[in-house]
Amino acid sequence: MPTLIDNTHPKPEARTTVSAAARAKGKGDARGGLYKPREPIYPKLVSGRWRTIKWALLIVTLAIYYITPWIRWARPGDLPQQAVLVDFAGRRFYFFDIQLWPQEVYIFTGLLVIAALALFLVTALFGRLWCGYACPQTVWTDLFIVVERLFEGDRNARMRLDAQPLSFDKAWRKTGKHLTWLGIAFGTGGAWIFYFHDAPTLIRTFWIGQGAMTAYVSCALLTATTYVFAGWMREQVCTYMCPWPRIQGAMLDEHSLQVAYLRDRGEPRGAHKKGQSWEGRGDCIDCQQCVVVCPMGIDIRDGSQLECINCGLCVDACDDILGRLGRPTGLIAYDTDSAVAARACGQKAVYRPIRPRTIYYALALVLVSGLTLWGLITRPLADVHVIRDRNPIFVRMHDGAVRDGYTLKIANRTFEDRQFEVAFAGLDGARLSQPGRPAGSSVSILVPADEVVAARVFVTVPPDADRPHSLPGRFIVRSGEIQSDAKTVFLSGAANPK
Amino acid sequence: MASERETDDVSGVETTGHEWDGIRELDNPLPRWWLWTWYGTIAFAVVYMILMPAWPGLHGYTKGLLGQSDRAKVTSDLAALDVHRGAGAAMIRKASLAQIESDPQLQAYAQQVGQSVFGDNCATCHGIGGTGGKGYPNLRDDVWLWGGTLEDIQHTITVGIRADHPQTRTSQMPAFGRDQLLEPAAISDLTEYVVKLSGRPADAGAVARAAPVYASQCVACHGADGRGMPSVGAPNLTDSEWLYGSDRVAIRGQIFAGTGGVMPTWGNRLSPETIKALSVYVHANAGGQ
Ligand code: SF4
Ligand code: SF4
Repeated sequence: MPTLIDNTHPKPEARTTVSAAARAKGKGDARGGLYKPREPIYPKLVSGRWRTIKWALLIVTLAIYYITPWIRWARPGDLPQQAVLVDFAGRRFYFFDIQLWPQEVYIFTGLLVIAALALFLVTALFGRLWCGYACPQTVWTDLFIVVERLFEGDRNARMRLDAQPLSFDKAWRKTGKHLTWLGIAFGTGGAWIFYFHDAPTLIRTFWIGQGAMTAYVSCALLTATTYVFAGWMREQVCTYMCPWPRIQGAMLDEHSLQVAYLRDRGEPRGAHKKGQSWEGRGDCIDCQQCVVVCPMGIDIRDGSQLECINCGLCVDACDDILGRLGRPTGLIAYDTDSAVAARACGQKAVYRPIRPRTIYYALALVLVSGLTLWGLITRPLADVHVIRDRNPIFVRMHDGAVRDGYTLKIANRTFEDRQFEVAFAGLDGARLSQPGRPAGSSVSILVPADEVVAARVFVTVPPDADRPHSLPGRFIVRSGEIQSDAKTVFLSGAANPK
Repeated sequence: MASERETDDVSGVETTGHEWDGIRELDNPLPRWWLWTWYGTIAFAVVYMILMPAWPGLHGYTKGLLGQSDRAKVTSDLAALDVHRGAGAAMIRKASLAQIESDPQLQAYAQQVGQSVFGDNCATCHGIGGTGGKGYPNLRDDVWLWGGTLEDIQHTITVGIRADHPQTRTSQMPAFGRDQLLEPAAISDLTEYVVKLSGRPADAGAVARAAPVYASQCVACHGADGRGMPSVGAPNLTDSEWLYGSDRVAIRGQIFAGTGGVMPTWGNRLSPETIKALSVYVHANAGGQ
């Protein structure tokens, strides 16, 4: 990504440098350890526009996650009454009125591609908004920080507490925090398994030890990952583990909105006394508020950085300070590299949301969404697959007639039992038969609701010396409005050896 | 090779004292994760030896606390399989052959059982697909030496052909040539007659000469029109199916030697339920009757 921001001004010493002394003592990444030690980050509570949006999204996304499995949905017969259910045992996915079979996994592929393209588009327009607002890692970390604050207080109190020797006060605060974290983490794993089994049943069997082993294992796994990721690892997940930032980097360009420190307005920075003139200096009073609120532990005034998740908390912090000073807000703001550069040359900054890149992404998004939707709407309610006998590939009858055997797999995706009429197109005088039933121009096969039936069907044609060895044909399966067909071949071997 | 241990200036790490071509080996400790993995595998091995059969001894091997035994597991798996199959077998036992074939579920069950039993026992002669070969009847078409109804098939499987069952089926084609019942010339004429029966062009003179011979020797089994008799296993000579070949040499050879195949008595080896399932499998995948 070409960056127009000048990042060459002297930086404070890199915060993760391991001192020579630590190295000598074998601390840090010098010897023995697997990882570089984490620099603790104590994000301070901030309030403002972006923080409010984040609170709202936190509540909405978590509510969706926890409530969804509990929505009931009436379905006929003994089908699951749960609105959203991934039924591995029954090999079905239920989503309100949509019911998907394993064969329709392409719909999920479509959804994944849509999600990726939407992320591309949003990132090209607004930078890493996903990271800052909607990513589960961000949401749960936010929630865990709320708990941390509840037990240990805000930034300064937390730092003091960590510096203290162990005391009763410190012990109960830490214990309380970790227990609450574990509780939330368990609730997370617990909610997850409800997507895979009837929720009211599972919640009962789970507690009396009669749930499926997979339920306990999944629950334990999600509890552990939630606790470790949101409680202990936090920004390290984003910085070291997550592939999205790397991918998203390719979506960004100089016209993407990113949280930026407007160097042109802020510098030269320095302390400011009340009543002093603002002439000849920048608006930044070097109060560090933007740094202490940052959950990623970076200083946005150093320029755009890999770690920044575009969450806007530093914007809120700085706006708050500037408001108190009576200066215009927006010293840190969602801005584009090109606008910053334009202002630096005294030109007017223009925001260009419509660019070739965003047009491509939008077109691709519309195309794939359309295709997926089309696939979903036009997917047949019945499906037929033909497996033709390979041994023998055909049988000659005593009168020279030729008979081919097929296994038809007919899927009935409707919610009622259906009688399917099966016919064979492409052969004159073809007679269809099934074991133990008389032959006719078609056969009738009963397929119960929401099931697949494998039926043996024979196709017999009268003797004909001129018939080619192999003829294309087609099975047509019909029940009322519903119809499906499948191509196959009819093999009749060499001419009748009479 | 070994020399004084010394400290490397650059890394501050002791060397092992080994030196090759001026390269000295640093005595870095093993990574901790590596060591712990190693300790873990040792602990695992000890626990494993206690829990599972491990050491051979004079009077057998150590059994382990878990009582693991592959042999016992196979036995119990087989018992479980019998219980599991019990329900299906019971249904097959109760239902008649026609009921099994007309009930989609029972038929599906019989097809599964039949297919595997057929593959294990019958495929050697009749082929995996049941199409037979020279001397081995094709079970897929609609030509049946001994009748092709469900009951016929069940009976043939149970008693066998020319087998050691008291009721086994035996067809008795005489060896007209080998036993010198007919002159070679008469056999040649009969061959033409049989060719004519199956609707192919034949020497009219020979056919006329053979007519009285056919009437006296063959009609009893193959019938005046040559259509055969399933009750005695006499093949139809007018269709296009030939067990031992359809050309003149093959037909002549068959009149000369009167060959007949053997099929074992499966009633001794397969359970009645299995034979029922097998009968339905053979019938359902064959044509006609
Ligand atoms: S620098 Fe600002 S926008 Fe970026 S992560 Fe930190 S607080 Fe969020
Ligand atoms: S919050 Fe604003 S004024 Fe304070 S240090 Fe950061 S940029 Fe400067």
